[in-house]
Amino acid sequence: MTTNPFDADRPPERPRRLGNAGGGRRGRGRRDESLMVPDVSFDSYYGRHIVKPAPWEKEVAAYLFLGGIAAGSALLGAGGAARGYPALQRAGRIGAVAGAALGGAALAKDLGKPSRALNMMRTVKLTSPMSVGSWILTAFGTFAGAALATELGRPMLERRSHPSRSGGAVALVSKALKLADGPATVGSAFFAPPLAAYTAVLLADTATPTWHESYRELPFVFVSSANLAASGLALVSVPTRENGPARKLAAVSALVELVAFERMQDQLGPTLSEPLRTGKAGRLLKASRALTIGGAVGAVALGGNRVTAALSGAALMAASVCTRFGVFEAGMVSAIDPKYTVEPQRERLEKRRAAGVVDDSITTAR
Amino acid sequence: MGFWRNQLSGPTDPAADAAWDRHEPRKGFFTDTSICIGCKACEVACKEWNGVPEDGLDLLNQSYDNTGALGASTWRHVAFVEQTSDRIEQARESGRKLVSLGMPSVRSHDDAALAGGGGAATATLTPPGELLPGAAAGPGPTDTPVPDVRWLMASDVCKHCTHAACLDVCPTGALFRTEFGTVVVQDDVCNGCGYCVAACPFGVIERRSGQEGHEKGPQSHGISIKGSGGTGGTGATGNAGGGSHQNPPSHAETNGEVKNVGIAQKCTLCYDRLGAGQTPACAQACPTTSIKFGDLDEMRATARARVAQLHELGYSEARLYGVDENDGVGGTGSTFLLLDEPEVYGLPPDPRVTTADLPDMFRKAGYAGLTMLAMAAASFVGRRK
Repeated sequence: MTTNPFDADRPPERPRRLGNAGGGRRGRGRRDESLMVPDVSFDSYYGRHIVKPAPWEKEVAAYLFLGGIAAGSALLGAGGAARGYPALQRAGRIGAVAGAALGGAALAKDLGKPSRALNMMRTVKLTSPMSVGSWILTAFGTFAGAALATELGRPMLERRSHPSRSGGAVALVSKALKLADGPATVGSAFFAPPLAAYTAVLLADTATPTWHESYRELPFVFVSSANLAASGLALVSVPTRENGPARKLAAVSALVELVAFERMQDQLGPTLSEPLRTGKAGRLLKASRALTIGGAVGAVALGGNRVTAALSGAALMAASVCTRFGVFEAGMVSAIDPKYTVEPQRERLEKRRAAGVVDDSITTAR
Repeated sequence: MGFWRNQLSGPTDPAADAAWDRHEPRKGFFTDTSICIGCKACEVACKEWNGVPEDGLDLLNQSYDNTGALGASTWRHVAFVEQTSDRIEQARESGRKLVSLGMPSVRSHDDAALAGGGGAATATLTPPGELLPGAAAGPGPTDTPVPDVRWLMASDVCKHCTHAACLDVCPTGALFRTEFGTVVVQDDVCNGCGYCVAACPFGVIERRSGQEGHEKGPQSHGISIKGSGGTGGTGATGNAGGGSHQNPPSHAETNGEVKNVGIAQKCTLCYDRLGAGQTPACAQACPTTSIKFGDLDEMRATARARVAQLHELGYSEARLYGVDENDGVGGTGSTFLLLDEPEVYGLPPDPRVTTADLPDMFRKAGYAGLTMLAMAAASFVGRRK
């Protein structure tokens, strides 16, 4: 029905639901566990997100992977040094330093003011996982760097000083490196688990619904993903006679990760785990699962062959990449859709009210 | 022990916790949305005083709200919601439910019909019957017909939480607690890590995007009310010719300049003005006194008196937001009187400061770290080939 010529220029009318003229968007509440709790429905302000997604780009997701592979590699390197796997030791040390350096660079690049990256070292703040993490990464990088320096420096110096007499500066440096080897290895192994685990706290200590609510299991997912990536790197770079530990590590880490991830999804409940199951994040995490299982089975069964071992290793690294990017993406989705903020909050509020707790709500009648 | 007890959650005095020895009373806002007329004077005054750049001149198709949401360059945001009678009835219903939640001292809607004396106390502002824009006249719910349509207008702002997640997670110490109990970013310290953005349970703080020294964000449609001549030559003439700054604040740069790109920005509760004993710009500019400013205790008392008055007049949809210090963020410095559920205004219904769980998070991470170490150690167990 056109009443005047300008009507044709109107934008298409958006479907309007009864009782919802204006801003509210009304979704259907998810009916899960308890029937005692009233059905939850949710409104929003023109579908806009309430919490803001982290302004982080892919670099941060990449850092999650790089920091993890650095940490796992340091452990494999230290284990190799302790148990006499020279190739594993070297690969682990290189992986640790490369991962930490690339990861640190990725983090600095993602800052709004990269020129102020060193402001991270301005203070030590235990309430900020990012501050704690910056110090962990610094300490880890220092020890891992020292370990790699002894690894590469000593043979170089020994080769050079071989024909000459045993005194002099070169020999002194060589001796110092030899002395530093042990503490550097222990130090890098000491800071490796915190480096792999803190990134989970980093994500969880936000208002991003899916990240925050997964804080109980996410560290376990992340440390096993770190181990998987590192064992993958070792399987690719180490000859078969020394890849035994990496194969074992792949198997046990795959198991832990799969279990932790399942548990995480269960604990999140149907609403908050939705971003992990659907969309791009869902595809990434599905791929991660397939690659984890495939890579771990390959590592255990076919790790004796150089080619299949390397293929399995590549699959495991890819699995870790998918896990990190998947979890990262899922958090973004959960922040952007107001449903994931409002629905769980409404649900827990109604639950508390149903239980008779009425004095801790932000909305009050007086 | 007393000092550590409520550092991450629960009621506390944030300025004292931040080790201020000079003790100022905690300052805050009370935004009474029932008398907001949506004029956006607060938005304008805030931008003028604080030198906040333009953030897009778009039509958003959200009633009269073309600002969108709080952000790096929007420190006050007026929300507009249009509702029909069934939504108003729902809002009243949820308000009644709230009143009946173990709060016996508030009179129920049945015996509020008289209202004559009850509203008189603070009725200078709004005589009964003209209480709400869009609400039909009448003293009580029983004889107040629900209007066909109403318009909710609410000026949103940073909550200056008792337990501010943005402040707690800031790795550089750029965010700090002032002696007034408010939370302020030091823009010369912030390195733009963006952690505070993700941590804020209200989605207030944001990293400023765009190009330094250029008044045009990426989201701008290029509609410009000022000559977009850049900063160089027009700086001096722009101010004089445009006449937009009668009293340019000393720290605001030349008109059209965008500063602090890449840095997290939000409401400072006009820290500079507070230091000089002044009222924040938004509260000063508000023509209806919808935005009130003062000592937080006083603001909370005013809020309670106002909601009681509205209940007595039969507006059971009225409720307070952020007044209770037992809530998930320990009470907010900016309190609100709302006329519907908070999510209708884009506010979270049950926010909880994320750092309240931080000790548990670190504990879980510790277990995970030990698990990782154990997995690695186990891999080296056994005979070397």
